[in-house]
Amino acid sequence: MAFQGYLLPPGDADWSILKDYRAHGGYTAAEKALKEMKPEAIVNEVKASGLRGRGGAGFSTGMKWSFLPNDGRRPRYIACNADESEPGTFKDRQILERNPHGLIEGLLIAGYANTIDAAYVYMRGEYRTAYDNLRNAVAEAHAAGLLGKNILGSGLDFEVYVHRGAGAYICGEETGLMESLEGRKGQPRKRPPFPAISGLWRQPTTINNVETMAHVPHIVKNGADWFKTIGTEKSTGTTIFGVSGHVVRPGTFELPLGTPMREIIFEYAGGLRPGRTLKAVVPGGVSMPVLTAETAMQVMMDHDNLQKNGTLLGTGAIVVMDDTACMVRAALVIARFFRHESCGQCTQCREGTGWLHKLLVQVERGTARPSDLDTIDEVTKYMDGRTICALSDAAAWGTGWFVRRFRPEFEAHIAQGGCPLAGTSFEV
Amino acid sequence: MPLSEELRARIAAEFPKYPEKRAVLLTALHWVQAECGGWIPGDTIPEVAAILEIEQIDVEEVISFYPMYSAVPVGRWHLQVCTNLSCCIAGARGLARALEEELDILPGEITPDGLFSIRETECLGSCGTAPVVQVNNEPYIENVQPAEAAALVARLRARDAGNGANGAGGGR
Repeated sequence: MAFQGYLLPPGDADWSILKDYRAHGGYTAAEKALKEMKPEAIVNEVKASGLRGRGGAGFSTGMKWSFLPNDGRRPRYIACNADESEPGTFKDRQILERNPHGLIEGLLIAGYANTIDAAYVYMRGEYRTAYDNLRNAVAEAHAAGLLGKNILGSGLDFEVYVHRGAGAYICGEETGLMESLEGRKGQPRKRPPFPAISGLWRQPTTINNVETMAHVPHIVKNGADWFKTIGTEKSTGTTIFGVSGHVVRPGTFELPLGTPMREIIFEYAGGLRPGRTLKAVVPGGVSMPVLTAETAMQVMMDHDNLQKNGTLLGTGAIVVMDDTACMVRAALVIARFFRHESCGQCTQCREGTGWLHKLLVQVERGTARPSDLDTIDEVTKYMDGRTICALSDAAAWGTGWFVRRFRPEFEAHIAQGGCPLAGTSFEV
Repeated sequence: MPLSEELRARIAAEFPKYPEKRAVLLTALHWVQAECGGWIPGDTIPEVAAILEIEQIDVEEVISFYPMYSAVPVGRWHLQVCTNLSCCIAGARGLARALEEELDILPGEITPDGLFSIRETECLGSCGTAPVVQVNNEPYIENVQPAEAAALVARLRARDAGNGANGAGGGR
């Protein structure tokens, strides 16, 4: 329980005010970067650190940066993804609310390293405290000469703008975010062209998650070798795990990637309620395939280990369900969510999310036919890997794996004409 | 319905941040909604479109795409209850029911005095402090148990009385 991370202030402390952030070493990494390091050296250091994006896909950050072209086109942008909306996920919010200067410093270093003119932080519209705190922090950074013109006397000009979304999950998808930022419906774009070549306003753009950027100052300050001592070989550094559902102490815990899920649930999050047993765990936000208790107790929370065990790390958002939980209801909530959030562009997703939801409503009520479970399986196959963006895949995984891994419970609903756990399970 | 001079100026002040005026659309709509008591009356759309130099349909399709915008009136206190997985596990359904019973309305309805409306919302990113309610665009009310529904409503009523007739739009 002694692990102390670096992304958040300890305990409930708040470093949202500049003087508090500075009192804990804030902006010394930016000073080092701007005064002592060449931009390429920073990109190389981040590449060498093995830092992978913390928004869900886990792509190498340094590699992503190196896709930006060297063709002299300006302006160039960072689109910072603060549209944290994956159900179960509330980690970026901790940084935005309690350590917003940590994000700004990361953006400033990334801006310098990649010859960026401005960063737009696209934040989900509901995050009111996070918005207020980040806006205030940007104003403070401006007043202190850490943003704007000739930053720290280095000649660098760089701006950070905070932009509010309006409640659509799809805007967390990288090109949906760009469409939305430009003032349109957040319907994802076909790729190619990729954002590095043609992103915001068709200019070169790198899109990075909030937490990802908050790691950057620490890599610059302490070096790639230090970063690689935390985590596993291919999943380096810490991440902020969010734990919710049936645990005694839900919350966020910054821990090395590769920490056993068992330890996170039973030590950090206080374990289950007395007398309960574990049934299922969603390991990385509801898009990621659910795990049975047996598997969940064996996995490590890193990219490779989870992939080997039939799921993915996603956002590291762990949703715990004990033996009172009805798996059909859980799948139904997830299906309802994706039906609501499908942007409607691709038929497989628009129709498929509707089918999944309607079928699961019938299963939950006990009015489905046994063959409907096979229909669910078939629908998910038509949704996976066939659309412009990954929302369709996520909907297929998030619901389909509940059916596959807990099939007897779905069959029991149909056989008994209703929920066998109706008296104990959470309602939806 | 004409927008206030103050609002027009605030929208214009955003333009220098972006290469195109259209990028201010979502921000402008948030502010229009706040100024109009939590929803976007249709007769504000031509003016928003004119300010941003886009077509009315460009504004309308954005309003209908994004769940945070309402094209119909809402209560002065618009209660948004998350009913996604972590909140449901923590009892959000019971909370939603308690609020509905306390106010005698269903999601999508407004109390006859115009003070309250309820909407079920998707994940608000408060899963570790579930269940959660967001009133208008204020900071979240977290860890709300069904038994606390009546007190939550009473607190909002008290704020309304304290603010008098000019209290509309609190925290929008």
